[in-house]
Amino acid sequence: MSSGRQVEQMEMDTLFGDYPLDRAFDEMREADGAVRPHYRALAETLARLPHDELQRRKQSADLSFLTQGITFTVYGRDEGTERIFPYDLLPRLITASEWDQIERGLTQRITALNLFLRDVYSDAKILSDRIIPRELVYSCKHYRRQMRGLTVPRNVYIAVVGSDLLRLNTGEFVVLEDNLRVPSGVSYMLTNRRVMKRTFPILFNSYGVRPIEHYPQVLLATLRSLAPEGRPEPNIVLLTPGVFNSAYFEHTYLARQMGIDLVEGRDLVTHDNIVYMRTTDGLKRVDVIYRRVDDDFSDPLIFRADSSLGCAGLFNAYRAGNVTVSNAFGTGLADDKALYAYVPRIIRYYLNEDPILNNVETYLLNDEKERRHVLANLDKLVVKAVGESGGYGMLIGPQSTVAQREEFARRIEANPRNYIAQPTLDFSRAPCLIGNHLEPRHVDLRPYVLFGDKVNIVPGGLTRVALEKGSLVVNSSQGGGSKDTWILE
Amino acid sequence: MLSRVADSLYWMSRYLERAENTVRQLDVTLSLMLDISGTSAEVRWQRLMASLGRPPSMEWDGDLESMARKLIFDGTNRASVTYCVNGARENARQVREEISSEQWARLNRLFHQIHSPNAQAQFSNSINDALASVVDGIHLFKGVSDTTMIHGQGWQFIRLGRYLERAYATATLLEVYQPALFHPAEREHSGYQYLELVGLLRCCTSFEAYCQVYTADLAPDRILEFLLLNRDFPHAVRYTADGIRHAIESIQRTGGRRPPEELTSVVGRLHAMLGFTTIGEILAGDTGAFLHSIREQCMKIHELIYGHYVDYSIHSALAV
Repeated sequence: MSSGRQVEQMEMDTLFGDYPLDRAFDEMREADGAVRPHYRALAETLARLPHDELQRRKQSADLSFLTQGITFTVYGRDEGTERIFPYDLLPRLITASEWDQIERGLTQRITALNLFLRDVYSDAKILSDRIIPRELVYSCKHYRRQMRGLTVPRNVYIAVVGSDLLRLNTGEFVVLEDNLRVPSGVSYMLTNRRVMKRTFPILFNSYGVRPIEHYPQVLLATLRSLAPEGRPEPNIVLLTPGVFNSAYFEHTYLARQMGIDLVEGRDLVTHDNIVYMRTTDGLKRVDVIYRRVDDDFSDPLIFRADSSLGCAGLFNAYRAGNVTVSNAFGTGLADDKALYAYVPRIIRYYLNEDPILNNVETYLLNDEKERRHVLANLDKLVVKAVGESGGYGMLIGPQSTVAQREEFARRIEANPRNYIAQPTLDFSRAPCLIGNHLEPRHVDLRPYVLFGDKVNIVPGGLTRVALEKGSLVVNSSQGGGSKDTWILE
Repeated sequence: MLSRVADSLYWMSRYLERAENTVRQLDVTLSLMLDISGTSAEVRWQRLMASLGRPPSMEWDGDLESMARKLIFDGTNRASVTYCVNGARENARQVREEISSEQWARLNRLFHQIHSPNAQAQFSNSINDALASVVDGIHLFKGVSDTTMIHGQGWQFIRLGRYLERAYATATLLEVYQPALFHPAEREHSGYQYLELVGLLRCCTSFEAYCQVYTADLAPDRILEFLLLNRDFPHAVRYTADGIRHAIESIQRTGGRRPPEELTSVVGRLHAMLGFTTIGEILAGDTGAFLHSIREQCMKIHELIYGHYVDYSIHSALAV
């Protein structure tokens, strides 16, 4: 018995090699190096596989991504540069009790944020009660005054959400940001799972992983539940900016999985406040639009006049209640990075509950005292522009140069409302296959929340990985990759 | 189905058909050049270009291999095979949700194959193998299209694109070859004349099919009859005209709108013209003009389809 355990220990030693552990939470190993109980079976499987077998499976998975055309487009290079979404072969495991807390926490958070949007765009009680400073809302570039006094179907503003969670060194999950406009990445969650089932079939089976494959069906049901009154057989479409958008693969994937038409702005016309699409059979009425186009580009008559990605007259048809657009316009207000700091207060105000999932500590830079503190400690903090996403417009203090810090200090002084600062987080790391051995890399977690009749979260999400050693940026546009996420029964 | 999607499927299919046609004609031209006949490389190249519709920036520079390489790999030239494969893939990419995963994977593989550095190396080693592997890729795509896609409107637009492109290309090819078929150069040895005729048939992958119908007794009027009027051979113009008519009828059946009179009558006329004319009548009249009118009718059909299914005015659609 004991000799068997010794052999096992040796296998583990070769597997991990000089795998470093430090202050950051390691998803697989305890502080003393022991493998966490729920990672045990994975570690044993890996230890038993010959090295070249892992490589072989990795190559076969990569090839499968390439021939399926599962790629994304990188901006700021030649237009239309396609790349495979980098993919790590080892799954990230989350226990049932951890997931239970995440699920309850997100349900609470999304419910509150939806109530907040409804309130701000109608009576704005939360502003009169001085819970949130008025100027913070009205100065937000995602606030849409056109939405004032408008009733949206079932009062659902945010039907599709992808919040980003991190795990701190205490092991606690916190929310880094709520993506309430057009969150992406869910197709990678689904395709990763398909590839993983092929790569580790026996392991997958032995773990008892909760399924996620029904996501498109739940999304379709969510959209259908939001159809305008009196349209029992709604025509639901997915509106994409087109083939040059970085998430175009995802748009086509979801449309196909749901069996709905993928439309571009040029396919749509409005007439008498009704939206139609151009078909080979003439014009066909559209009832629900799952839009993957930002507010700004949705309707040149209301928003940016220089955009041709949307459809002229769409907003008026929406106002008239003849078409549902999901997510609603103006939802970006609630994921403004400065308003983020107020989310715990928003939860307490509307639900009278304490937040189940905490925020990351955030400094607001239009507060004189906090700004001075931040400017003095730029080398330790992360500074983000409030309206940006995808890891663009960000300063990571410890990894920045003096010139970059000076540049950001100038920008902050010029427009403090436009920036927030957060401590540099030592968020958790998970083992990844780098070359032919394991190395820890920083990971986050983006579960996908759907909100129609009720809040619905498929048990899983996209674990994004900062594949570069020591990097803290997980965005796919900045060299990040992904892992399949297994929620255990 | 969305008009834009129909348009993309149609063009995806046309581009692939065009790529296949170009590869086949290049292959035949190159293999004819192996035999030392009186016809110079330049003359053959000019004929190839004429039957491909005289694309710009393809002037003969004296180096056959570099010309052939350009015709395959130069993605900036609209006549090149790479350009056509790019076009097909770009169109497919915009309708990813309409085509099957197998179709997409197949087309994607063809795309990566022609763009890989290996393709250039293979071309230097064996031009024939390189050309054959491109044609294989296209054939596989067509097979997968027929077996994995719903045979609804989208599939019919794919067929429409394929047959229209093929009818046009075959008519162009015959128009270019036709004068020489009946008036061979006097000094031409009969062996070379035979190879020329085989070459013409092979341009339409029809040598074996022809032999089954007429035996290997190659005669210009029979070849013309076979490539124009055969009812059962998929590369014969009459067969493709049947295909065009059938596709349009199917599209009309699955949709609610009747196609305009003009479209029905142009398609019907082309179909009747090829169905009820004998080769004797064609040869007795102006053969060139006959072939030319096939091409013009194809262009007219394209315009009418476009105006009715894709680029119609909103007012006309609302009026219905």
